[in-house]
Amino acid sequence: MALSIEDIKKVAHLARIDISDADANATLTKLTGILDLIEQMQAVDTKSIEPMSHSQDLNQRLRDDVVTKTNLRDEFQKNAPMLGNGSNEQAVADGLYLVPKVIE
Amino acid sequence: MTNIDLTNASLKQFGEMLQSKKISSTELTETFLARIKQYNPNINAYIALDESKTLAQAKAADALIASGNIAPLTGIPIAQKDIFCAKGWQTTCGSKMLANFIAPYDAHVISQFDAVGAVNLGKTNMDEFAMGSSNETSYFGAVKNPWSFDRVPGGSSGGSAAAVAARLCAAATGTDTGGSIRQPASLCGLTGLKPTYGVVSRFGMIAFASSLDQAGPMAKNAEDCALMMNVMAGFDERDSTSLNREKENYTRDLNKPLHGLKIGLPKEFFAEGLDADVGKVIETAIAEYKKLGAQIVEVSLPNTGLSIPVYYVLAPAEASSNLSRYDGVRYGHRTAEYTDLMDMYCKSRAEGFGAEVKRRILIGTYVLSAGYYDAYYLKAQQIRRLIAQDFVEAFKQCDVIMGPAAPSTAFKAGEKVDDPVAMYLQDIYTISTNLAGLPGMSVPAGFAQSDDGKSLPVGLQIIGNYFDEARMLNVAHQYQKVTDWHTQAPNLNMPEGTA
Repeated sequence: MALSIEDIKKVAHLARIDISDADANATLTKLTGILDLIEQMQAVDTKSIEPMSHSQDLNQRLRDDVVTKTNLRDEFQKNAPMLGNGSNEQAVADGLYLVPKVIE
Repeated sequence: MTNIDLTNASLKQFGEMLQSKKISSTELTETFLARIKQYNPNINAYIALDESKTLAQAKAADALIASGNIAPLTGIPIAQKDIFCAKGWQTTCGSKMLANFIAPYDAHVISQFDAVGAVNLGKTNMDEFAMGSSNETSYFGAVKNPWSFDRVPGGSSGGSAAAVAARLCAAATGTDTGGSIRQPASLCGLTGLKPTYGVVSRFGMIAFASSLDQAGPMAKNAEDCALMMNVMAGFDERDSTSLNREKENYTRDLNKPLHGLKIGLPKEFFAEGLDADVGKVIETAIAEYKKLGAQIVEVSLPNTGLSIPVYYVLAPAEASSNLSRYDGVRYGHRTAEYTDLMDMYCKSRAEGFGAEVKRRILIGTYVLSAGYYDAYYLKAQQIRRLIAQDFVEAFKQCDVIMGPAAPSTAFKAGEKVDDPVAMYLQDIYTISTNLAGLPGMSVPAGFAQSDDGKSLPVGLQIIGNYFDEARMLNVAHQYQKVTDWHTQAPNLNMPEGTA
């Protein structure tokens, strides 16, 4: 299955990664090589084989619905990035994180 | 200070020196910190050092020892892979994305070491987000192999491997998603163990591919690894895949004789692609096991070759999902200039991730995208089952499986960096155990000469059945009692000006 530049740009958009035309071209070559490697799988007959998502046959553990964690908000917010666009303030206010306006 | 050779002692010997007060934890820690200052600028094994935190822990350990409250690792300086969150420490996972991240809590592994009074010596370098087999993808610069500074230490736990090999720590932690403990252990001449999936908690360990990631010890010998496992392993309810099993003592079987042990040699591990000199070293090691009373049986893991294609679907798919958390909102890199939320996401991620990480996110996004899911992701999961079943069949005929840990010795820096597929083939012998969830280890088995006349370490891989770590450590320990490959250390004194 041949990849195109358009595929690379579409996937990069889905992954929310900006990509320049030059980078998209270089990425196309490398990803094509990797997909060729992956393509070896198609030669295997996997009819009626149960997919294996995990090495242990685990059931999700359940716990009582009680508060077990302490609130570390202040601690976590110390890692907030700088606001950007000329501001050297951290992107937090009143215990919230600041992002560009989403709803007009 | 004492005349004892501190740098080459085993964890057990360090423990005895501390217990008998021949040396204090503070003295031991200062010795390693001085060595790090001397040699790390060349090797680049550490990303973060924090002398005041480290020495405070050493002082606390000395108080514990003075009160008679000593566990086997109390007061011993351990290097921690920078994938583990350690409260108050810069924790970067080798990425620009997390270059300014100070962990607000401890990973389970870190708190386990803290609980026994071990000393955190520093955070070791690694391939960015553990994606790489050469340590060249780190944002903080490549790590050099202490055996030959122009060569790679392997990856992704290359900083930990180089730190142990260069004796810049007593032992280190690593993580292994497709070979990231065993391949660098092989390339740097140390003993490393990837436990059965679920034995060591992943809480606070930065996620790459969650169904494959597993932490383990990297140390000078098998007994050291067993002592590290006694600290690292155990149930933790904060990791939903942590296995609730009885606590084990991993040293319990170290001294069992190997008479009657059945060693399976998978013919696929000795086929095309294996460096001939590495193959010879492995054959010599197998011959040593015969002398120890082991029986050799040929086994087959017919789907070994498919493990790489399967891994490069599943691991990137899981990574693309795991790494979607880095959006520049709550922590991590945020771009300086942006117009709206979408622009902020796309620029922050483009700037914060390196080339290999981006490639894997793109592959993962592609194989999970509409129309390709069945052909790639589902197909890979089906073949994953075939690979796991190969091991089930093989273990009907043998107790442990042996072969090379890596197809070659350490390769030159830059040699494979532009060819991802060639780099991926480094993990041909290790990936299948991650897919199956089995434990695997690499043990120093000798040296092979490079073209330019360097002696480079070769690792023997030992693969065990599920939860068979104690037996694997026994198998490695008995070999180390009759060989001295694991005691050999590189000469770090390079000529002036080669930094």
